[in-house]
Amino acid sequence: MVETLQNLALGFSIALTPGVLFYAFAGCVVGTLVGVLPGIGPLAGISLLLPATFGLDATRAIVMLAGIYYGAMYGGSTTSILMRIPGEAASVMTCIDGYAMARKGRAGAALAIAAVGSYVAGTVSVVALMVLAPPLASFALRFGPPEYFALLVLGLLVLAYMSGGSMLKALAMAALGLLGGMIGIDQMSGYFRFAYGVVELGDGIGVVPVAVGLFGLAEILATAGLATPPSVIKPKLRELLPSRREWSASAWPIGRGTVLGFLIGIIPGSAHIIASFVSYAVERRLSAHPEEFGRGAVAGVAGPESANNSATSGAFVPMLALGVPSGPIPAVMLAAMMVHGVSPGPLLIKQQPELFWGFIASMYVGNVVLLVLNLPLVGVFVNLLRVPYPVLYPSIVVFCILGVYAVNGSVVDVWIMLVMGALGYVLRKLDFETAPIVLGVILAPMIEMALRQSLAMSDGHYGILVTRPIAGALLAVGAVLVLLGLRPLVTRSLDWRAKLALAGTKEERL
Amino acid sequence: MLTTDRVAGAVLALLALVVVWESRKLPLGSLSNPGPAYMPVVLATLLLACGVALVIVGGRAGRLAAVDWSEWRHAVAILAVCAFAAGALERLGYRATITLALAFMLGVVEKRGVVFTVLFALALALGSFLLFDTLLRVVLPRGPLGL
Repeated sequence: MVETLQNLALGFSIALTPGVLFYAFAGCVVGTLVGVLPGIGPLAGISLLLPATFGLDATRAIVMLAGIYYGAMYGGSTTSILMRIPGEAASVMTCIDGYAMARKGRAGAALAIAAVGSYVAGTVSVVALMVLAPPLASFALRFGPPEYFALLVLGLLVLAYMSGGSMLKALAMAALGLLGGMIGIDQMSGYFRFAYGVVELGDGIGVVPVAVGLFGLAEILATAGLATPPSVIKPKLRELLPSRREWSASAWPIGRGTVLGFLIGIIPGSAHIIASFVSYAVERRLSAHPEEFGRGAVAGVAGPESANNSATSGAFVPMLALGVPSGPIPAVMLAAMMVHGVSPGPLLIKQQPELFWGFIASMYVGNVVLLVLNLPLVGVFVNLLRVPYPVLYPSIVVFCILGVYAVNGSVVDVWIMLVMGALGYVLRKLDFETAPIVLGVILAPMIEMALRQSLAMSDGHYGILVTRPIAGALLAVGAVLVLLGLRPLVTRSLDWRAKLALAGTKEERL
Repeated sequence: MLTTDRVAGAVLALLALVVVWESRKLPLGSLSNPGPAYMPVVLATLLLACGVALVIVGGRAGRLAAVDWSEWRHAVAILAVCAFAAGALERLGYRATITLALAFMLGVVEKRGVVFTVLFALALALGSFLLFDTLLRVVLPRGPLGL
């Protein structure tokens, strides 16, 4: 514990230097601005703004990216409450009661509760991250290729299981993403695979053009032609303070959402989306007035917003400690870290303590910055939503092109974004989730390398994947998830995901 | 009945078959010593299985004909702009390409006034170049005459 505190002091000594503080601040502001834009969530936001960090050293770049991530998450809730448009998928539940509160003239209070909930959840979950990540990293030093193979496969299976729709569709999307990740030079044999003479594809298809295409461009394609732009409710500054009744109604949901969000966040998958859905369901179940949900219940804003932010920190645990991204957003963060020459994993904490602890400390700082900054400036952020959409979306398209091109200075990436945008648009229309594709693209080379190294270790015997205890246990959990996920196909019943989706639809109708 | 899941499943299965066909150009290796084609074939088989399963169990999904494609004209126009940008970026340079792309989206697709279109397109193209290339030192392509 003393060592942890010493390390944290080291982190703060880095995070509070004016240079680092400035980039944490800039990341939060820019992230919020991007998060407020309809359709541009944290995933596309980080991908688009990655080039802006190229001129910085690794610590400042990572701190700025973390700020963008937090800011985009918070910005998403602003759009949900004031426009009933989820800036990102995790804000769907906030839309329901947040917008209902806004229509009752409590928009300011809803924003304040979302901000305070996010702050509490963010701060508490960073403490948990700080305590959990180092021991997990020490444990992960025992991992060899078979354990990594099992862990990566489990990560994909959990993502498929946790996805909102059917597991079969999610598995198909994961397989599609993994196949996309096969493009490029085979690391073991040096063969070019599926590159068709395009030299730039030698390194494979990048996660940034895939993420921007599937999440940024696809959203623009689906919404640019909409006939009626949504209206914005503008809160007054004096309305920002919630009443005593609203504070007391939000205290327990914030606490529960924080714990629930962090625990769900550690599990691979679209953590913050599931966390906000589960938190909403729990709050409605525990509420003395469940009939208020859907009509402006304070707990319906406080719980999901806290859970969603807490899950964000939870998702960093496996990424920082194991080097394994647990969802599409950590996957992009991982790629961003690699661009800056940082390799997250068990050795990061030992070899680059200033970076790891500076990052942790900057998350505390980022939470404070967001709280201090966002409430007074909410009017400024809202004005961005007043820009007519027919003017706004061409600007977003330009930033998509710029962001994708700038990562490698390659127009091939712009073509990849275009193809992924069209694919994402069609898949969205056909009701398929695209998050497993992003994760598949980044995990494919890792899974293949781990499998082939495992086979090299065992003289070609697959038994090594099940006889080593950790690998065997991880694969057994994966097998159970597949069986659980496919059960509704056999029994023709509704599983928990279908029930949650149904509950969400019912609430939205109210 | 033609449902969204069935159509998607059929397309995915077809794609899987194409991958298997294309993988024949690479050494497959053996079960104990996989070659570069091994993993793509395994994954394509998984995709094929998922696609076929979707075709079989996808009868309860929404009807394909019920999917609303009303915004397709905008979608095609935006994709065309992205294709133009990909083709022109390194030939015309960032500023000229983005100015033309924005002018098309605002002036032709959204039918905004000429003065607004020109001013907005120039301001965003030059402003974003100044921010990223000049201030943040992200190298963006120059076209003829260094523009």
